[in-house]
Amino acid sequence: MSNIERDYYLQLLSKGFRLDERKFEEYRPITVEYSISAKSAEGSARVRIGGTEVVAGIKLEVGEPYEDNPDEGTIMVNMELLPMSNPDFESGPPSIHSIEIARVIDRAIREGKGLNFKKLCIRKGEKMWIVLIDIYPLNDEGNLFDAASLAALAALKDARFPAIVNDKADYKEKTQQKLPLEALPLSCTILKVGDFFLVDPLSEEEKFLDARLTVGVLEDGSLCSLQKGGDASLSVEDIDTMVELAIKKTKELRKFLK
Amino acid sequence: MAYEKRIDGRKFDELRPFEAKVGVVPRAAGSAMFKIGKTIAVAAVHGPRELYPQVFQNPTRGVLRCNYNMLPFSGSGDRVRPGPSRRSKEISLVTEKALLPLLDLSAYAGSVIDVYIELIQTDAGTRCAGICAAAMALADAGIPMKDLVSSVAVGRVGGKIVLDLNKEEEDYEGHATDIATAFATRNGQLTLLQMDGFLTKEELKKALELAKKGCEMIKEVQIKALKEKYKGGNNE
Repeated sequence: MSNIERDYYLQLLSKGFRLDERKFEEYRPITVEYSISAKSAEGSARVRIGGTEVVAGIKLEVGEPYEDNPDEGTIMVNMELLPMSNPDFESGPPSIHSIEIARVIDRAIREGKGLNFKKLCIRKGEKMWIVLIDIYPLNDEGNLFDAASLAALAALKDARFPAIVNDKADYKEKTQQKLPLEALPLSCTILKVGDFFLVDPLSEEEKFLDARLTVGVLEDGSLCSLQKGGDASLSVEDIDTMVELAIKKTKELRKFLK
Repeated sequence: MAYEKRIDGRKFDELRPFEAKVGVVPRAAGSAMFKIGKTIAVAAVHGPRELYPQVFQNPTRGVLRCNYNMLPFSGSGDRVRPGPSRRSKEISLVTEKALLPLLDLSAYAGSVIDVYIELIQTDAGTRCAGICAAAMALADAGIPMKDLVSSVAVGRVGGKIVLDLNKEEEDYEGHATDIATAFATRNGQLTLLQMDGFLTKEELKKALELAKKGCEMIKEVQIKALKEKYKGGNNE
């Protein structure tokens, strides 16, 4: 990225414009589709934010509880940046970027008590459900962070337990029982570019970010995860502004999961 | 045991409902979705672009590189472990070979054309669906082609030759015969042929005729999907 491009973008922002016609605090159009892989996955969803498209699927497996939490099930969040979705993504094991997103989503769901882990226990110390959440972008036009978070939660909402036969999941037989999803810890990512704060960046805008803050927010407005990114530092006042904005925007995002 | 009626009620020479859409991955040079029954494949083409490391470059023509991948939640049983497996590598290889004979890559010396195929949901016939999607994606990317490639499975289930097996038929009494085929239908040449199971040579002949008919039907829909994207000069 050249300084000329960056200067141009900052000038644009100072006049109140972005690269497309949106306001700083405005998301592109969002759609959520459920059960996009109903034959295979226990739960699945597709989220589009503008041109960005992310799919997520849930598989449920029976495993043995960890020794330190014998009466709890667990989750595992995985994301890979498919080379299909962006010509800059390369084949190979998950990159640090996808690992970061997956881990931030994992923490939001885990610490935001999205799933009741106790209710994922089948028999104390013996059997538990492992909720495997896999997130894959098909087309990346920016803001994979928020699209991935929304897709993961939509897929969790869509999921139904399979039947259990001899302590194993019988994938041919789905029950009507939903997952113990008790909260929706939604993530919203705020960018800081120069002195400006904005949401839902295009790929081209992501290049210009100085810092970003991903905030996990619960329905009552309390926070359940934070992740600062980018090379620049943030002041306490910056963070206050960003958190405020994230709380406001997740209220809107939440409507798409109703 | 005689197989008089197909499990899902289709005729023996009937495909599952299928559909195609071109341009589903806007960031790619070309892309397409192919759905047959419950199997859904998405293919995207990136390139032609420079190929590194240079040792893989071909100084006389472009290199085609295909990658077949099932998303972890797309299998019928346990989660599929992410990353390449022996199975996915072999399917990537035969997919490349299924497409290559139809491509003219002479203008792309030193470059690579990457084809990524992702399976979102599977119910048998995944490599065939992937090839159908990939052929459309290559055409969408503007790679010179002599003909489209269409692909379908045929097989023998309970003594009957059937077109386009689903997973239940593949598993029928534990010993169905499954043949993956791909045709360039204009000259009737095969570019993919894999079989596991038992078959007489007469049955093979009959099966291949049936597969060719299936591919002709699929090709019509592939062409229609390509035209749909470019109708009215809306070339985005």
